[in-house]
Amino acid sequence: MEIKKTNKNGTLNVAISGRVDTTTAPALETELKGSFDGCEALVLDFADVEYISSAGLRVLLSAQKVMGKKGGMKLINVSADIMEIFDVTGFTDILTIV
Amino acid sequence: MKKLEIKALTENLSEVLAFIDKELEAADCSMKTQMQIDIAVEEIFVNIANYAYSPEVGTAVITIDVTDDAFVIGFSDCGIPYDPLAKPDPDITLSAEERSIGGLGIYMVKKSMDDVIYEYRDGQNILTFKKDR
Repeated sequence: MEIKKTNKNGTLNVAISGRVDTTTAPALETELKGSFDGCEALVLDFADVEYISSAGLRVLLSAQKVMGKKGGMKLINVSADIMEIFDVTGFTDILTIV
Repeated sequence: MKKLEIKALTENLSEVLAFIDKELEAADCSMKTQMQIDIAVEEIFVNIANYAYSPEVGTAVITIDVTDDAFVIGFSDCGIPYDPLAKPDPDITLSAEERSIGGLGIYMVKKSMDDVIYEYRDGQNILTFKKDR
């Protein structure tokens, strides 16, 4: 997994690529936690995410809980296969996916 | 049937998935099905790694059987008896604020696989799931 962050006018764009699984999710969590204070809104670019397991979903849920109280969190460029995982787990209702 | 015997440690996850993926790829499994199976394998293996022998380290045995109409994957360990299927499903209708962090993994396995069976036999936890092709 790789993460690329760009902050523009208070909106942090985090482009994630590769696999978000049990072994990589903690790194994503650390990156996001370290960024909450420095941004108003969060955009997660999922264009290059190949795989997400429940460990990754947990990170998304806690990020949503924090950012929901601030300027919000959006997911962009989610593939059909990843979207199905969000559907099955009810995450399509929790997350803002555009 | 192919079999992998491995120490139940989270750091061995990639080796477990490589073993499964090799068989799936040889059987021309679709990318989508492969991802669903990988997710299910990850959830079950990580569960065993985290809970079965803790704080000791034990062995997990993983098998894969590719038939004409399904992929059948089995896990066994000699750890403490634990039926992950007995866990209540998370309420997926709750809002983000109300949702709790746990229980998602096994729920994903139940939802994405076609059959999931748990049994405790001869001192072993045996979990088997099947994904139709």
